[in-house]
Amino acid sequence: MKVFEKSKAFYEVFERKTGPAQEASHYCPGCGHGNVHKMIAEAMEEMGLTEKTVFVSPVGCSVFGYYYFDCGNFQAAHGRAPAVATGVKRANPESIVISYQGDGDLAAIGTAETIHAANRGENITVFFINNAIYGMTGGQMAPTTMIGQRSTTTPLGRHTLEHGNPVRMAEMLATLPAPTYIERVAVGNSKQIMKTRKAIRKALKIQSEGKGYSFVEILSACPTGWKMDAPSARDWLVEEMTKIFPLGVYKDESDNMDDGAWDRISEEYQPEKVNVYLDQLKSQVGDSVDVEMPYDLQCKFAGFGGQGILTLGLFLSQIGMRGQKEVSWFPAYGPEMRGGTANCSVNISRKRIGTPLVDHPNVLVVMNQPSLDAFESDVVDGGTIIVDTTVVEGTPDRDRLNAVMIPASQIADEVGTPKVANVVILGALVAATDCFEKEFVLETLRNVIKKKSLVDMNMDAFCRGYDFVKNEG
Amino acid sequence: MSDQTAVEAPFMEVNGELCKGCQLCLAVCPKSVIAISEKLNSASYHPAFYTGSDCTGCGLCFYACPEPGAIRVVKP
Amino acid sequence: MARQFMKGNDAIIVGALAAGCRAYYGYPITPASEIAQAAARHFPALGGVFIQAESEVSAINMVYGTAGMGIRTMTASSSPGFSLKQEGLSYCAGAELPCVVVNIDRGGPGLGNIAPEQADYFQVTKGGGHGNYRLISLAPNGAQEMCDLTVHAFELADKYRNPACIMADGITGQMMEVVEIPEADELKHDHSDWCVDGTPGTRKNLISSIVLDPEELEQHNLHMDRKYKEIEANEVLFEKYKTEDADLVVVAYGVVSRIVYSTVDAAREAGMKVGLLRPITIWPFPTEAIRSLIPTAKHFLAVELSTGQMVEDVRLAVEGHRPVHFYGRCGGVVPSGMELEEQYRNILEGGTES
Repeated sequence: MKVFEKSKAFYEVFERKTGPAQEASHYCPGCGHGNVHKMIAEAMEEMGLTEKTVFVSPVGCSVFGYYYFDCGNFQAAHGRAPAVATGVKRANPESIVISYQGDGDLAAIGTAETIHAANRGENITVFFINNAIYGMTGGQMAPTTMIGQRSTTTPLGRHTLEHGNPVRMAEMLATLPAPTYIERVAVGNSKQIMKTRKAIRKALKIQSEGKGYSFVEILSACPTGWKMDAPSARDWLVEEMTKIFPLGVYKDESDNMDDGAWDRISEEYQPEKVNVYLDQLKSQVGDSVDVEMPYDLQCKFAGFGGQGILTLGLFLSQIGMRGQKEVSWFPAYGPEMRGGTANCSVNISRKRIGTPLVDHPNVLVVMNQPSLDAFESDVVDGGTIIVDTTVVEGTPDRDRLNAVMIPASQIADEVGTPKVANVVILGALVAATDCFEKEFVLETLRNVIKKKSLVDMNMDAFCRGYDFVKNEG
Repeated sequence: MSDQTAVEAPFMEVNGELCKGCQLCLAVCPKSVIAISEKLNSASYHPAFYTGSDCTGCGLCFYACPEPGAIRVVKP
Repeated sequence: MARQFMKGNDAIIVGALAAGCRAYYGYPITPASEIAQAAARHFPALGGVFIQAESEVSAINMVYGTAGMGIRTMTASSSPGFSLKQEGLSYCAGAELPCVVVNIDRGGPGLGNIAPEQADYFQVTKGGGHGNYRLISLAPNGAQEMCDLTVHAFELADKYRNPACIMADGITGQMMEVVEIPEADELKHDHSDWCVDGTPGTRKNLISSIVLDPEELEQHNLHMDRKYKEIEANEVLFEKYKTEDADLVVVAYGVVSRIVYSTVDAAREAGMKVGLLRPITIWPFPTEAIRSLIPTAKHFLAVELSTGQMVEDVRLAVEGHRPVHFYGRCGGVVPSGMELEEQYRNILEGGTES
């Protein structure tokens, strides 16, 4: 015996529906949404998917999808259903996720979400109800409204010059490599309806087999919006709409792939695993040592980009960190970048650091002329200024400041590459300020320099800078 | 029609309160065994009804009907 | 004790991982992009989800999807991108979905620039999107807090089923400090009574913000309002520095609070009794903490990277009992300590009204 009746995947009574008649749908007489709902429910039930299906309702006439389907339900913002569906499916790849959308939702306000979910090959199923009109808001033009079709916002009919042409979503999406299955069907007559029934099942099967993105565009009638009786609307659909929106399979790769080809991984939260992972992120500066520091450092390092200015700041910061001091490093960005220079502020302090910005440094390093011009006057009286004389011509005020004039880039070149000029400067800085013990700094540098083949060269560069100052002094 | 086992001939039935009178079932019925009632239901629609014989149980009216619970077709 | 020297933006992701966040959806924008970059490195490595979305709008709606499953998720952006997320945030709040959203505030309006500002205060603390809702808003002022307050934001979001926001300026996002990495722990919130996660047990639930009946929607709004009053009563965080005897209480958050902190002792050495009150939650705002200083304070001063936004909340707290002054820089200009000390002097010596 065969019985055609209301699917068990529908609620018996539509309790979420407000008002009377809680067994009837909210759709107008002759609306195509109901046909499609029935075939989706039937497929969900017969394929055993109801319990793991999440149905995402759009904004539009089908906003109340959650009234009907006895599965998990989300209601999404206008046009965003594919993004919401993505968030659901990625978080639980075992679920079956349906994004059910009308033409305004899918092809106007949500075009970007539609295209990119398809382009990512999200393993979801999109059912697109194309009825060429905005139903819920009162019969306005849709992106799929036909040329000449009257709507409340095209009272004289849609005109290419004024309103553009109807958008063919199935054709557009079929140009993308990722989608697995794209078909356009219709619910205009029994033959079309039976094809739709098949397409709905196929799309859900593709998803449940992990075969990727499936998209079924369904031409549907809106007798109310079209101002027709239901049978005439179905006739118009069959005779007129299919001319502009030809039915057929636009893409089908489902036989050319294995089950699970588009499955994605999402593991549940495991605190122990996270802790093991986070532990790997910890600093490699070496065992920290509470070192003596005679005074707090407020440094500004400035030069051209590519001279290792920011790295110099990072090295010094990590030395301070290992020495159990409070440390902050801030790179100039935005309007602070003056004259094409790179600079950073570094605080190494024995107490809590207030502002991370160093307006008045007690140590200034300049590795180009504009930086000397820009920052020299900011240095506090008696502060240290370290100048790379290889690249800077000017001289600072030696009466006011403790000036260290060192051909850092040239020394670095002798060591092996001008790229280690910043480390030569670091050596000079440590020597000139006596802020940290030489051995402590060398040990820390050895730990923080990632490329082990470069350690010796950097050690050499540091010592040359350090000795230059000590010998000169 | 609760006792389905006793049924011998195919039939369709319309829940007259849920039917919205769109007449799509009439349009698809190959045997023209569905008609529209002259009476209004409580939602002010003229519901469809089964004229009582010659239903083949093909189910086309079930799929043509947009209402989830308005039409039931039994084919023994 | 695992420590690392890291950027504030990176610290947010470390905090998110430790908080059990499993999915990150984002879109690149300066000066917040490091957050997405860190998420792209770490989330997949831990079996989690990272998607670079096609837009900010899409990103927050992906968050809506994952949050509706009762799984910890987040997105992050900077001002123009944060504006785009307002629709989604309103839906998240309406559907009562816990999630975390980060705004690394930059210069505006419009495209503005990439420099630090705090001019999104109104947008973050007063709603931003449409309808009666609030974002729980936390304002870190250093890398450690970027991490710790992210963990806290996830806790608050779950506790109250509401989006929580980390509101930080570009400096706090870009600067590096030493961060003690927190330990990940079991999550204590059970969401099975409301979430929809594609399993039979949660099938009866519904994730939605639509309530057609006016009476019912009013009840929903009042329910949310009660929740917000509970948050206001229980979740205010602030820090005080030398406010007990301060003639001038300076109210500042984010990087500005760090600059003010630097000036307090210097100002006191110069004979000005200045103290700092730093809101850590900017919503709920530390209204009572400010009010409690009215008997001892002669003046209040709000300092912000804006033309005056938080100052309105300070005025509402002080209710006209004391003068409330304002000093702001904007467009990416950051006030120096000396500049602020001059303001203190003007107020304390001149006693000028705001």
